[in-house]
Amino acid sequence: MNNIFLAIVKKEITLILRDRRTMFITIFMPLILLLLFGFAISMEVNDVRVVAVVERHTERTRDILQRIEANDYFSFKGIVNAAEVNDLLTRDKADAALILRERDGEIESQVVVDALNPTVSRTVTAYLSAVVKPQTNNLLIIRTLFNPQLKSAYNFVPGIMGMIFILICAIMTSVSIVSEKERGTLDLLLISPAKPSTIIFGKLLPYFLLSCIILAVMLTMTYTVLDLPFSSTVVSVVLITILYVILSLAIGLLVSTVVETQVAAMIVSAVMFMTPVMLLSGMIFPVDNMPLPLQWVSCIIPARWYIDAMRILMIQQSDITFVAKDIAILMAMTTVILAAAIAKFKASNK
Amino acid sequence: MRTKLRILRALLYKEVQLMKATPLIPRVIVMMPLMVMLLMPLVANLDVKHVNIAVVDNDRSQLSHRIIANLNAPHDMSVTRLCNTPAEAMDALTAGNVDVIVDIPADFHKHPSPIDIQANGVNSFRGVLGAQYVGECIALTVAPGHKDAVSVVNLFNPTLSFRNFMIPAFIAMLLIIICGFLPALNLVQETETGTIDAINVSPVGKFTFILSKLIPFWIVGMIVLSVGILVGYLVYGLAPIGSIPAIYLGAFIFSLAVSAMGVIVANYSTTMLQSIFTMFAIILVFQLMSGLFTPISSMPQWGQYLSYLIPPRYFNELMRGLYLKGASIADLWPQFAALTAFALILSLLAALSYRKVR
Repeated sequence: MNNIFLAIVKKEITLILRDRRTMFITIFMPLILLLLFGFAISMEVNDVRVVAVVERHTERTRDILQRIEANDYFSFKGIVNAAEVNDLLTRDKADAALILRERDGEIESQVVVDALNPTVSRTVTAYLSAVVKPQTNNLLIIRTLFNPQLKSAYNFVPGIMGMIFILICAIMTSVSIVSEKERGTLDLLLISPAKPSTIIFGKLLPYFLLSCIILAVMLTMTYTVLDLPFSSTVVSVVLITILYVILSLAIGLLVSTVVETQVAAMIVSAVMFMTPVMLLSGMIFPVDNMPLPLQWVSCIIPARWYIDAMRILMIQQSDITFVAKDIAILMAMTTVILAAAIAKFKASNK
Repeated sequence: MRTKLRILRALLYKEVQLMKATPLIPRVIVMMPLMVMLLMPLVANLDVKHVNIAVVDNDRSQLSHRIIANLNAPHDMSVTRLCNTPAEAMDALTAGNVDVIVDIPADFHKHPSPIDIQANGVNSFRGVLGAQYVGECIALTVAPGHKDAVSVVNLFNPTLSFRNFMIPAFIAMLLIIICGFLPALNLVQETETGTIDAINVSPVGKFTFILSKLIPFWIVGMIVLSVGILVGYLVYGLAPIGSIPAIYLGAFIFSLAVSAMGVIVANYSTTMLQSIFTMFAIILVFQLMSGLFTPISSMPQWGQYLSYLIPPRYFNELMRGLYLKGASIADLWPQFAALTAFALILSLLAALSYRKVR
């Protein structure tokens, strides 16, 4: 019994190791994603290209232009004609134009901004207004707790982890089982004295180990290169991730029992799991902002609860008791899906 | 030449039959754009709503009461907790019940010392914007009439709708996914089932064969684009300001580039898993580095240089330019030129990397 189990595990590991490229990608894709999100992707607005339209040069307009040139957020692209502004913005040669006119000795200023991306344009407008009309308003001190430097990595690391494990566990297991179905080798295994549950766990264990390696790599990277604060909550992070990995494996198994071809397995995994995870889990877009029916749908997406728990544990560094609800939901989901998958696997391979 | 055309026609006929035989594929081609275009714009919303505020009022004056009342007034904010101590407010924030803490110092109405605003940065976007809203609101209460006298013109997107900004990008995203994945899947499937060997021993030229793999996805790309434009218009009321033929031309060139990429990946892959994971890696980098979700100008210098090597960057600029800015082909010729270059080079590589003898 034990020997059969080990033999299946060994066979599966050989299969994984043989496909060097897939292995390489499964380990390096998370790293590249972490690096990109940590260093390249941000919503921060800087290097705003500003042109100015000045009706009549005075001491004060010169003052304003100097302030813009000195400001790190702007790169000043010169003074242009009012008629050119629209064209420059359309051809994307500038992001905003500052128009300075004089009315009764007062400067009247107008900001024309390329508002394609509203989040960016709001910030640009706020920056420009602050430069034009500096306010000496020191009455407010605004701080952001838990992420004082507003690093985008803090935002995205939990989301990337939520996506990577679904991707690797669900897709790899379902495709590997279905490819055995396609080739007919699964039947060979099933008519052998091995019990169906032995076959299942023998197939799942290697992918579980692979996920653990990936988790170790990702966590090392997160706490060193990306510089997230390290604390004792890492134990809970690992435990909950292992639960999530088991859940993802169960999903992969369930998919493999309902589809017949690799293409179908791939498409079902991608359409049913990948897209919802990216869209509805709160990974990029906050759940609170969605229409109510979609918020309900998001409740059945495991990644939503996992990512929520990861944010609280990794960034807020709260105690594991703060995520008790998330853990309970993930556990319930794991039990249900695993039971369904095993029952279905046994039934369909009788 | 004539025989080549005949062979090509036969191969294309084969592709159509194949698609008919696997009904999942045509369904994906129509359903996926529908799903994404119907759901995505509803979900893609980075606005911050329902900011919950805890106020620690040490002042308890008329002024501080006015601050609280004004914080409660806007639709998207509400003061849900009045706390006696900062620790109490902090607990509410850690438990996730409030997003922002406002700490009004004692005797604020007599000699104003700074008000402390603390936001939960666990979701940094929500925290920052929430704190900014609260800050603006308090500033208006404390020093009214200070509202910026700078008038603002929001060009191209006057209602500041994030949805309108994203709709052209979603169409681009769909083209990347569908035109990139399907050819890769299709070709590897032939390798796995062994039918490609039949082609390899036949006199079919490699350019003809690769062309027969690319043409169906051109058509698929056009279907995806049409569904995208239609849903965008019928459901969200966003029609392109620029010329529609220009959009089709751009999408035509772009889908060639992307599906050629899928073919190249498939040529170097022996199993489906391999090709899919390679495509996944490429597509993720494509989506992240092309300015689809986050501005390219926010990237560090090396990231900006890298983005020049990524075809979707040009297609995104093109789509947003045509859709929202009403730019013309003349305005966008660098993008068109870059995409054409990519399409030509990639399809050439796709044909060259296909080897009949391994």
